Amino acid sequence: MAAPVTPPPLDALREKIRRMEGRLGHRKAAAPLGLPEIDQKLPGGGLPLGALHEVAGGGDDAVNAAVAARFSAGLAALTGGQVLWIAKKADLFAPSLQQAGLPPTRVVFVEVESDADGLACFEEGLRHGGLSAVVAEVGRLTMTASRRLQLAAESGGALGIAIRRWPRLANGADFGQPTASSTRWRVSALPSAELPVQGVGQSRWLLELIRTRAGESGVFEVEAGDGPAGLRIAGAPPPSTHRIGMVAALGY
Amino acid sequence: MLALRPRQRIVSVWLPLWATDRLRRELGDAAPPSDVPLILAGRDGSRRVALAVDLAGRKIGLSVGMPIAKAQALFPGLVVMDARPDADREALERLALWLQQRVAPIVAVDGQDGLVLETTGTDHLHGGEAAMLRDVVHRLQGAGFTARAVVADTLGTAFAVARTTKGAVVVVDPGTCAEVLSDLPIGVLRLPPETVSGLTDLGLTRIRDLENAPRGPLALRFGDGLARRLDQAYGRVGEPIHPIRPVDPVMVSRNFAEPIAAAETIARYVGLLASPLCVELEKRGLGARRLDLMLHRVDSAMQVVRVTLARPVRDSKYLTRLLSERIETIEPGFGIERMELFAAQAEPIEQRQRVSALIEEPTADLSGLIDTLVNRLGSDALYRVVPLESDVPERSVQRVPPLAPVTEASRGPDQWPRPTRLLSKPEVVQAVAELPDQPPRFFIWRGIRRKVKCADGPERVFGEWWSQDTERTVVRDYFRVEDTNGERFWLYRAGDGEHGETGSQNWFIHGIFG
Repeated sequence: MAAPVTPPPLDALREKIRRMEGRLGHRKAAAPLGLPEIDQKLPGGGLPLGALHEVAGGGDDAVNAAVAARFSAGLAALTGGQVLWIAKKADLFAPSLQQAGLPPTRVVFVEVESDADGLACFEEGLRHGGLSAVVAEVGRLTMTASRRLQLAAESGGALGIAIRRWPRLANGADFGQPTASSTRWRVSALPSAELPVQGVGQSRWLLELIRTRAGESGVFEVEAGDGPAGLRIAGAPPPSTHRIGMVAALGY
Repeated sequence: MLALRPRQRIVSVWLPLWATDRLRRELGDAAPPSDVPLILAGRDGSRRVALAVDLAGRKIGLSVGMPIAKAQALFPGLVVMDARPDADREALERLALWLQQRVAPIVAVDGQDGLVLETTGTDHLHGGEAAMLRDVVHRLQGAGFTARAVVADTLGTAFAVARTTKGAVVVVDPGTCAEVLSDLPIGVLRLPPETVSGLTDLGLTRIRDLENAPRGPLALRFGDGLARRLDQAYGRVGEPIHPIRPVDPVMVSRNFAEPIAAAETIARYVGLLASPLCVELEKRGLGARRLDLMLHRVDSAMQVVRVTLARPVRDSKYLTRLLSERIETIEPGFGIERMELFAAQAEPIEQRQRVSALIEEPTADLSGLIDTLVNRLGSDALYRVVPLESDVPERSVQRVPPLAPVTEASRGPDQWPRPTRLLSKPEVVQAVAELPDQPPRFFIWRGIRRKVKCADGPERVFGEWWSQDTERTVVRDYFRVEDTNGERFWLYRAGDGEHGETGSQNWFIHGIFG
């Protein structure tokens, strides 16, 4: 067909909105997770940088946020620069972050006494511009606070990840409240695949993309390996053949 | 009046054996051994008397003021040396300047053997008051000085407690001066000796007695100095401290015809002071590492804002911004009549090339952000975590300052999976497992029973017998277990499951995997 290629109407509309918001020069980049199934649901084909994202643990993990922290570490590792990690309770075990792709040279930890301090540091870090990602473990996140953080992230260009962590399971209902974040994830542990021998298999997570601004939501079962993001759709064959399978499935 | 006084925290450091400790340090190896009594002799009129006695001397009954001839007759083995009060004083001033650079902006010499520091608003930089005092005392002890440090609301209380306490470090909680003082003897109120003996003759031996006695007759007999000292100790009247200054300080100041109080006005003058300070720093090729903003109030009280910097800086805009963030901590009271900006610690600025090769990525400079956060949260709140060569999980990591050089870890990520959360203290769980080396079938943690679906292990960790004797035989067997919900935990058994001396054989949870 010789018809001229016209940009899809959706892209033109997005361009128009961006022009109205006055952010034309600051086109947001995105960090692909390396999983086409997830990336195609995200605007720009990956996790938008210069935006706030929320990650919460599902079930009991709302209190410990261990799965959420590991997942967030993988996301932060994707950005390739210095990471600020803000927490109220210093129970993060650094060797695990290293396995997720964040070596000691890349993470500065901040221990804060209150959520208010944590949010102030979060904003300061996002605004600074020298960091590639800022991760903060926060409980309550109001609409106002999240909007401030989102604006700070837009001005600094860093990936902002708020790990929602509540002191009690009951407070987890807070995650239903609306915020200004670009994406919201809930990660919960799933039983791993049976191994033919004794032992524990690859950890398997239920990854719920609850909300995406300018994108779709979705539910994925993934297996987590080492390294940045290090995700794989659960049940898929190992990486080498997996890519071909994926490409075929998408009809390319 | 009482409510208007700003909250102050004053540290009194007492060095009871200053003169002898200093002499021993100065003489080094040539000093008499510490178990040989040492007294320093000076003249009192025509007599030679002991002006200072060291610890060994005090133990055998020598005291300050004793005639030298008498002491020598009683204890022939003692060493007598000449006292050098001028050198002692000079050394004490040097110590005061050292403390000023490291601990608090306002430091003054207090008598022959003491120092006072005003640490209002600076203790958070050192991890709290107790930690700050412990650090000061440890450093002094490390240099060979006996020292006691006390922090209280008033100089009088801190002074009195320092001279009576047995402990090396005491923190008198805010607002408890009156309770602490009431039981102390009147000798520690900084009164002239004749007043003390006169009061003792009257039967007034405790500060409480003095506080309860009618003021009029006492003032008539002993003068108003007595009432003033008492009020100063209780915090009813202020007591300014005149800080010591180095010979050629990097300092700029400004006097105001009319006292200023509004936050915006203070911020504007901070900016006006910062630029000449930076010009002064540039002339000397220095950058500020510690900056003190001193605000003299019209009621003679002083407010101090101290900021610390990760690297030497002489960018006036940046310094203004750091100081302005702390303006909310200032209580201007009736107004501020004089402002001083003082570079308490200045270091040469080292110029560095940011990128040395074209292919190198420029690394982001985080020192600005780190300064901002450190001044808000304290220096302990920011850190990097580096691995240490230890198999015991809680000892395998170490915190280092955020700008410390960190090399890539020697142990790569090819080791066993590690939990994302490590409990600060392992918690006991009830578990049922086959001995000696099987993972638990189920375990109960925080009241929830979890059935184990699969497990990896054991990973045996031996006690570090080279660091602690009690760990000679200790063993932990770590298992990574997954319960039926898919949640993963790091459990260990204290002991190898066979030998009692290797541990209690109880099960503990130590971490949670992501």
